[in-house]
Amino acid sequence: MPRRWKSTVPPPDHAAEPGPAGTTADDHTGGDKRVVRRGLRHVGRAISEQPRIFTFAVLGSSLYGGMTVASAYVIGGITDRVLLPAFADGATTAGALSLAALAIIVVAVFKILGILGRRLFAGIMSYRLMADYRRRVTGQYLRLPLSWHQRHPTGQLLSNANSDVESSWFFVSPLPFACGALVMVAITVVVLVLTDPLLAIVGLVVFPLVFVLNAVYSQVMSPRMAHAQQLRAEVSEIAHESFDAALVVKTLGREADEARRFAVKADELRDGLIAVGRVRGLFDPMMEALPNLGTLAVLLVGAERVAAGATDAGDLVSIAYLFTLLALPIRAIGWVLADLPRALAGFDRVTPVLEATGETPHGPDAAPAGTGGAGLGIQGVDFRFTEDAQPTLSGVTFDVVAGRTVAVVGPTGSGKSTLAGLLVRLVDPHTGQVLLDGVDLRTLREGEVSSQVAFVPQSTFLFDDTVRDNVTLGAPFSDDEVHEALRIAAAGSFVAQFPDGLDTRVGERGASLSGGQRQRLALARAVVRRPRLLILDDATSAVDPSVEARILDALRASDRPATVVVVAYRQATIALADEVVWLERGRLVARGSHDELLRQVPGYARLVQAYQPPEFAERTDEPVEVGA
Amino acid sequence: MTGEPLLAADAREEGALATLRRGLRMMPEFRSGLPLTFLLALIATAGRVVVPIAVQQTLDRGLGAPGGPDIPLIRGLIAISAVVVLVTGVAVYRMNVRLFRTTETALAGLRVRAFRHVHDLSVLHQQGQRRGSLVSRVTSDVDQLSVFMQWGGVLGLVSVGQLVVATVVMAVYSWQLTLLVLVCFLPLVVAVKYFSQKLAAVYGVVRERIGDVLGAVSESVVGAPTVRAYGIRGRTAARIDGAIDRHYRASIDAQKTTAAVYVSGEFVAALANAAVVVVGVLLGIDGQISAGTLVAFLFLVTLFVAPVQTASEVLNEAQNAVAGFRRVLDVLDTEPDVRDPAIADPERARALPPGPLDVRFEHVGFAYSAGGRKALEDVDLAVAARTRVAIVGETGSGKTTFAKLVTRLMDPTEGRVLIGGVPLADVAFASLRERVVMVPQDGFLFDASVADNVRYGRPGMTDPDVALAFAELGLGDWVAGLPAGVATAVGQRGESLSAGERQLVAVARAYVADPDLLVLDEATSAVDPATEMRLTRALDALTTGRTTLTIAHRLSTAERADEVLVVDAGRVVQRGRHDELVDVPGVYAGLHSSWRRSSGRQAEPAA
Repeated sequence: MPRRWKSTVPPPDHAAEPGPAGTTADDHTGGDKRVVRRGLRHVGRAISEQPRIFTFAVLGSSLYGGMTVASAYVIGGITDRVLLPAFADGATTAGALSLAALAIIVVAVFKILGILGRRLFAGIMSYRLMADYRRRVTGQYLRLPLSWHQRHPTGQLLSNANSDVESSWFFVSPLPFACGALVMVAITVVVLVLTDPLLAIVGLVVFPLVFVLNAVYSQVMSPRMAHAQQLRAEVSEIAHESFDAALVVKTLGREADEARRFAVKADELRDGLIAVGRVRGLFDPMMEALPNLGTLAVLLVGAERVAAGATDAGDLVSIAYLFTLLALPIRAIGWVLADLPRALAGFDRVTPVLEATGETPHGPDAAPAGTGGAGLGIQGVDFRFTEDAQPTLSGVTFDVVAGRTVAVVGPTGSGKSTLAGLLVRLVDPHTGQVLLDGVDLRTLREGEVSSQVAFVPQSTFLFDDTVRDNVTLGAPFSDDEVHEALRIAAAGSFVAQFPDGLDTRVGERGASLSGGQRQRLALARAVVRRPRLLILDDATSAVDPSVEARILDALRASDRPATVVVVAYRQATIALADEVVWLERGRLVARGSHDELLRQVPGYARLVQAYQPPEFAERTDEPVEVGA
Repeated sequence: MTGEPLLAADAREEGALATLRRGLRMMPEFRSGLPLTFLLALIATAGRVVVPIAVQQTLDRGLGAPGGPDIPLIRGLIAISAVVVLVTGVAVYRMNVRLFRTTETALAGLRVRAFRHVHDLSVLHQQGQRRGSLVSRVTSDVDQLSVFMQWGGVLGLVSVGQLVVATVVMAVYSWQLTLLVLVCFLPLVVAVKYFSQKLAAVYGVVRERIGDVLGAVSESVVGAPTVRAYGIRGRTAARIDGAIDRHYRASIDAQKTTAAVYVSGEFVAALANAAVVVVGVLLGIDGQISAGTLVAFLFLVTLFVAPVQTASEVLNEAQNAVAGFRRVLDVLDTEPDVRDPAIADPERARALPPGPLDVRFEHVGFAYSAGGRKALEDVDLAVAARTRVAIVGETGSGKTTFAKLVTRLMDPTEGRVLIGGVPLADVAFASLRERVVMVPQDGFLFDASVADNVRYGRPGMTDPDVALAFAELGLGDWVAGLPAGVATAVGQRGESLSAGERQLVAVARAYVADPDLLVLDEATSAVDPATEMRLTRALDALTTGRTTLTIAHRLSTAERADEVLVVDAGRVVQRGRHDELVDVPGVYAGLHSSWRRSSGRQAEPAA
């Protein structure tokens, strides 16, 4: 997934400017005339979310601005009162000198306080917004139904929570500085008007010009920026795909072709970035020249006015000085405006996640109390992934008596996994209902289904956490219970070999586990819960049949055994079931014992007997060895 | 997996300058036209200093002229200043454009070279979990460099220039005061090392924390079914919130540190100003400098301070950029552990002989890490041309290592492998990859159509050819069931197809490559049994005439093979035909009876 390269560096205060954007932009927000207006609304949103922090930051920024102006007057005052008299008299007092030094340092200290306040509160504001939106986005991920997840690629969801949120609020860092600059501009304009109307006109031309220039820049830049971001994402996609395909690329000797494919995109990105650079390369010197030219204009006009006696030299000097002081803060306004297109692009991708609805509604009821297996009813269930898609399941109806084990068998793509997901309410049926002890799953309170039912999916997901926490998932199981579950799932021996035992971290940074080991941990996770209903979705493909038998035996070894639904290809697994349900193209075609289906359903016989050479197909008189 | 560093210099310390030198060697594009860019940078620097000085002159000499403002002089000075501003602007523009073009061209070259090189590194297929970080070598690390070169680099360059110019001009006005200013800034220079370490540390924590956030977020996305099935939404949310919180706090810490570093420059500047006033006045009373000089000097100090502060801002960026640069260069500096002899040693490189190929292992041993447990030990055997050999054994017995050695994804640590009588190390990759093809267990598919993926094995095939190939493999009806036949898009990583269907496409891809030696590494493990049998029977018929090595945990393959190799704990413990082995007590008999139980070859229990 494309990563933001520049995550936390605040825009520098002096003479520096934030680098170009670095996130994934999949869509072109730029180009339209509304960028600036929408951008300003976005700025308003940031302020209204953190009004207090923002106020503190602007206060800091104003203190900084005030002290910047003050420092100019302090130097002026020192020149007039200490420096020039000393040179004129050829003598000075220690008191005057220390006072001068003290004045400089005191002003600097207040200026430093201003800078600290501005930078810290600006940082707090922008990081708070990021943290806040990350929480909101991930909250949605956890709230929205699985069907929503299935419609959105993993990579996109990860970058929504990460780089998109970040680029949405990155502009906040220089925002207080820019607001402080606005205040300074306003003060300057007032001073100008009070001093001399003609000088005021110079200011009234230059300042709006700065804004116009920035607005034009945003307008010209945003489509180019979006295009470059898009290319950046594409380059990253090719790298991901190609590196993931390393084995295929290498064994077919296609490295050179892959490098060519990558080079084409890398060159496009280069051209895109150069196009961005051209605009920035032109804009930067213009932004730097404008205040300079403004200062010169003030001097030119001012000198004439001084000569004409309309104003005095001292005022002109301070105004010229103010102009030079303003050059930098004004650029902060530019940083904010320049970052807005990127912020909007990011926010536009975050918004659909925040606005997505469709949380799985939960009912008010508790699950029926019970200790042994739960009865399961599937009644007239239809399911389709989207409204207009082919149904994945249609009219599926069957019951599982409490404590029985049912195998769901069918060719690839027949809807077995979908059915398994319905039983734990990962998804809801389109029509029909799923009943647990006669109660529709949809009427149960949140958490009730998972307290009764354990599900082991086809692909194992382990948390980046310890072995223990991966088994308990935070529930209060004792270590003995965890060890027992691991033992039943045949994970005890390899966990025992870890140096840290149950405390060994698994996942990305810990011990790397084989597929079979991961699957066994996932099985232990289900076993430790002693569920009343266990759903195994082809979850034992990488473990030995004897382990599988042991797990089922352990769950069924009581006077009120758990109910088990198992999706499987393996005959050994099927052999553990009391009954088999045969699915074909989303329909329940047959159910019965293994033998009945073998006799009655040719497709079933073909599938489960595939490994059997025809001459052996009828041999069924060998001794029983399952579950040894 | 091994914990060995598989990239060169994982632990090596190297100075920033050494990295830059190494980098410039690897980016020849970067050097072209650099002198002119430097010249433009010099003009830009000069412009920055000249403009404020000209303004100062205008104020002092024009407005302060005896007998009132000297309007013609002011006009002249302003005209000159305006010209300088414009010239500077044009120079900066030209410099920017040149710099963007050069850096982007150089970095695109670096990106592509690093990409190509990564494909030669075994770390790519041996340590799947490091793939993500290899991707960032050719994406974010290069991006960071690009950003740094274009603003940090330029700023740094211009700042250093400004610093030098300001120092020189200051020295012209008063060497005593210049010395004083330099002394004031000395502590800052000394502190830079400490500051940069501190910054590196806090930003290091931030980076680690953002990694934790990503990990936690991915739990809510990748683990979505598990989170729902186990009703652990609250717990997952708490984990994510915790990670977000820790990242927030680390970011604020980093923010505090940067602010502190920044204002220390501001404070030193104030000290310098105060010192200049005090010492300047004393010097003036002593008659050594004039009032005008002191005023001008105070103004020059601000020119000196600005670049120092800029440098403190660029410092952190520079560190990140250099670290990223080093990571990219380290990838490029890593010698591929398996090199194409056609490139490494063209003299020795040979093509495989025409016709069917036999395989010979001469006392081959392999360990994934030096001194580590041997995955294969003293394997010494020959596989005749045109035979179908099944390699069986428990998980972890060394079967896949066997396949990787035959296809030269790795070189043996002991002994050697010969194909067609030629030592594998001497076979040019072009010949090897054309004649020897492996189908891995995870037959990765590209985000394209089924036909495109099959064509990857033999470029130039038409869609009907691809359809025909599927028909020859007995998969015609599967293709017919796809929404758009062979033109059906498979989605990212082939996710629109089931795991089994992906394997069907991967087998077809190898089949059309028409190799003389075909290596199947559990290539059909996820295909449903009925389809697998159909496919393997088709492959059997089609593989007549070529040598096939099949690694299988479903022993149906072994039953029909010409020969079975049984691997146990890195050694070949049994070999022979299925019916020779099955009734002899030993590893194979054990494996086979276990498989018979699981596949239901035996009667099912009457349970």
